[in-house]
Amino acid sequence: MASRKHLAAVMGAKVLMVGAGGIGCELLKTLALSGFQDIHIIDMDTIEVSNLNRQFLFRQSHVGQSKAKVAREAVLKFRPEISITSYHANVKDSDFNVDFFKQFNVVLNGLDNLDARRHVNRLCLGADVPLIESGTTGFLGQVTVHVKGRTECYECQPKPAPKTYPVCTITSTPSKFVHCIVWAKELLFAKLFGDKNQTNDLNVRSSDGASSSEQAEDVFEHSNDEDIEQYGRRIYDHVFGYNIEQALSNEETWKNRNRPKPMYIRDVMLNELGQQNGSVEKNGAANDVYSVSAMASLGMKNPQDIWSLMENSRVFLEALKLFFMKRQKEIGNLTFDKDDQLAVEFVTAAANIRAASFGIPLHSLFEAKGIAGNIVHAVATTNAIIAGLIVIEAIKVLQNDTKNYRMTYCLEHPARKMLLMPVDPFEPNKSCYVCSETPLSLEINTHRTKLRDVVEKIVRAKLGMGLPLIMHGSALLYEVGDDLDEDMVANYAANLDKVLSEFPTPVTSGTMLTIEDFQQELSCKINIKHREEFDEEKEPDGMVLSGWTQAPAVAQDDKKSTANAGSSSNASSSMEPEKTDDIETTPEKKRKLSDVSESANPDLSSVAGSSTRNPEKLELDDDDDELVIFDKWDSVTDKKIKLQ
Amino acid sequence: MDGEELTEQETALYDRQIRVWGAGAQRRLSKAHVLVCGITGTVAEFCKNIVLAGVGSLTLVDDRVVTEDALSANFLIPSDENVYAGKTLTELCRDSLKDFNPMVRVSVEKGDLASFGAEFYSKFDVVVVSCCSFTTKKLINEKCRKSSKRVAFYTVDCRDSCGEIFVDLQHHKYSKIKNEETIECELQYPSFEESISVTWKSFPRRFSKLYFAMRVIERFEEAEQRKPGELSIADLPAVLKLKKELCEAQSVNESHIPNALLERLVTDTREFPPVCPIIGGILGQEVIKTISEKGDPVKNFFFFDAMDGKGVIEDISGNP
Repeated sequence: MASRKHLAAVMGAKVLMVGAGGIGCELLKTLALSGFQDIHIIDMDTIEVSNLNRQFLFRQSHVGQSKAKVAREAVLKFRPEISITSYHANVKDSDFNVDFFKQFNVVLNGLDNLDARRHVNRLCLGADVPLIESGTTGFLGQVTVHVKGRTECYECQPKPAPKTYPVCTITSTPSKFVHCIVWAKELLFAKLFGDKNQTNDLNVRSSDGASSSEQAEDVFEHSNDEDIEQYGRRIYDHVFGYNIEQALSNEETWKNRNRPKPMYIRDVMLNELGQQNGSVEKNGAANDVYSVSAMASLGMKNPQDIWSLMENSRVFLEALKLFFMKRQKEIGNLTFDKDDQLAVEFVTAAANIRAASFGIPLHSLFEAKGIAGNIVHAVATTNAIIAGLIVIEAIKVLQNDTKNYRMTYCLEHPARKMLLMPVDPFEPNKSCYVCSETPLSLEINTHRTKLRDVVEKIVRAKLGMGLPLIMHGSALLYEVGDDLDEDMVANYAANLDKVLSEFPTPVTSGTMLTIEDFQQELSCKINIKHREEFDEEKEPDGMVLSGWTQAPAVAQDDKKSTANAGSSSNASSSMEPEKTDDIETTPEKKRKLSDVSESANPDLSSVAGSSTRNPEKLELDDDDDELVIFDKWDSVTDKKIKLQ
Repeated sequence: MDGEELTEQETALYDRQIRVWGAGAQRRLSKAHVLVCGITGTVAEFCKNIVLAGVGSLTLVDDRVVTEDALSANFLIPSDENVYAGKTLTELCRDSLKDFNPMVRVSVEKGDLASFGAEFYSKFDVVVVSCCSFTTKKLINEKCRKSSKRVAFYTVDCRDSCGEIFVDLQHHKYSKIKNEETIECELQYPSFEESISVTWKSFPRRFSKLYFAMRVIERFEEAEQRKPGELSIADLPAVLKLKKELCEAQSVNESHIPNALLERLVTDTREFPPVCPIIGGILGQEVIKTISEKGDPVKNFFFFDAMDGKGVIEDISGNP
């Protein structure tokens, strides 16, 4: 690969970048310097302060503006003659259909979530355009090349899904700090400040079904004439005191576990009750709701401090008070936002008090925010390295230099002296339902299950199809689209409620359904097999899809717990990047044949084993932004709860 | 450990990286002074990285004026002639770098590197040199080693699609996390001169070829009094001849250093643009590790060749 021979290929190329964040900024700059002349870039986000430590095309003055737009302007400053087209939009928009993708010679992803990656993967397959994928977390990163028919597609190997937790662990038996965060965020915060109509497991006990839910409802209601401080104390006592006592009354649960301690405000705060240690007036001048802060009001300055139980309790009460006094209007509509200081303070305090109750170590606001906000830690250098590697692969793709395509892993700890480790791409997975033709199998009770369940649980949830179309032979059972007339829409709505075997062309054992996603141009076949009974615990969905590989759910360590969650250990002592879930399953697969190079392609499992005790995470997601965590494992024993 | 807290502004800006290396490391970074000599595309990348990381200060030394070549590899230089006319390369880079992070002091130092004394270098915690002759590298390394305070020394060179980083941390103490525990470590580094005087015969068979190739080129440029990178295909025969001589002197087979590799390095001395962020990124991480005293640093060479895609660490200590 001579450096200059690429020029012709590069100069004539039309390239699509998806993402203008951490990797995106570095990539756009490197593409420009490498001679690319026609670049399109899509990003739906706007610039935030926390981006500025690495997304160097942006300045403080750009906060709030479109990333794609500002990135474009910044690069044109040193390469005014090139053409950059920016789209401040979601790549999942219908405008970015297969025809749109077809105009490009290569697509380069710099995304931060699995959902969008799968979507782009399918569009690239549909358009037959090579895709170069990448991701970074802390000091780790990787670049992979996907060419239809030649290499694996992005979905050939299952990607670890984000972590979920059993409901009872969250509501009754937390053992790790992250469980307390989930409780504080998804249950308590949601109950107090979120949509009242949402079902909430807050008062569920694991096996005792005798909760009088109506009484519980009353507890959380704040009546207008109730003194807000009184309300706060009442809530505190209820969730940290009464609820714990209730849980303790169930002996079975605590046979082999440490019993939690109920916390009551009178014991924790001693003679502080009634003392106004926070001043509402301090926050009086704040116009911006986000500048209202319990910490500020209480004179607490350092987000890295680990507060005592008393301090946490103070923050809890103060935050609650401030929500009601300063942000009354929002109550009932709030969702947790990691950039909402008061929300983060409240969740931190609540989680810590619960942790104290259960003998779990307390954490600082900084750490709690990372966990609750699914913050991915990130630095400029890794993104820069990955960007360089992406461009190197892109140039090969443009020259059709197929023998030299490679996946490259950027490691924190060297493996066999290598910090940058190239690996040959793998052949397509023959059972990949996305890029191969292999049909899937669905075991289901066709006499009892409605089409709606298949659409929700299988087509949307597992197969990730947003705009599905379901056919049985030539009969259209269901479809989604803008261009449907009223009759059709009504017909499809009615079909959703039909039981499978009751369709005019009955769906029974042996039926082959064709499922397509209009936008993704993805088509897949499902063989239906009738089965009478399903295990309620192991198969709560009442159906089993096979031929679709899913990554195993994973280990219990706090450090590895939530995908892209911040480490639960003290940040100042942690140099280790977050060890997120599962290592990618090591290929037992056929590798792509390539020229034999001096050092044969390393087996990933040995690499992982040799570096640290915990295997290096090789599949990574980039950057900020909430990673949606969904729970739909067939093999799950308990009902799962989401961390969103 | 100082008692100063990070300011609110720093905490907000550096949040994502503090989650990687911690507040203590961030504080140490903010007190570090870095000197950079020779602004290439790769070095520009490195400068961007450490400015974003939040070092205390960055001083740039390079007496060259703006050229076509410099423009093409360097994203720090605006293309608008009205902006860059009359300014030196370093002044332009300084202005752009300051923009990336107003909290970092970026300045320019003029003059001939070789003339600066040891006391000049001792003002810095880290010195990075690029585009220097073999003699200059040795000289600056020696001056860094004279200081009572440890001055970390790095060389970085990118030619064609290859890159080499040399690291001299002298005596380096640091901590790292292994199996969830923090352990204290110490390393002793040889100087540049000590490293390159290790006989080639003693290296394992699978040693990076790039090391040897770079030494040949280095020797050639020195002998012919050429500026670093001032080679062309016309020089290839003479370079191959030198290679032969050096191999003989070192009692190694000529095939130790592939001719094809030398040809690449001689023909295309300019940096291949996508390699700049890779080498600049690795170098950035190394300097951050050194300043923060956290994490295993590279000891003591790093090589990258886009052709095979490997980024390899080689340890050439004075002791066999």
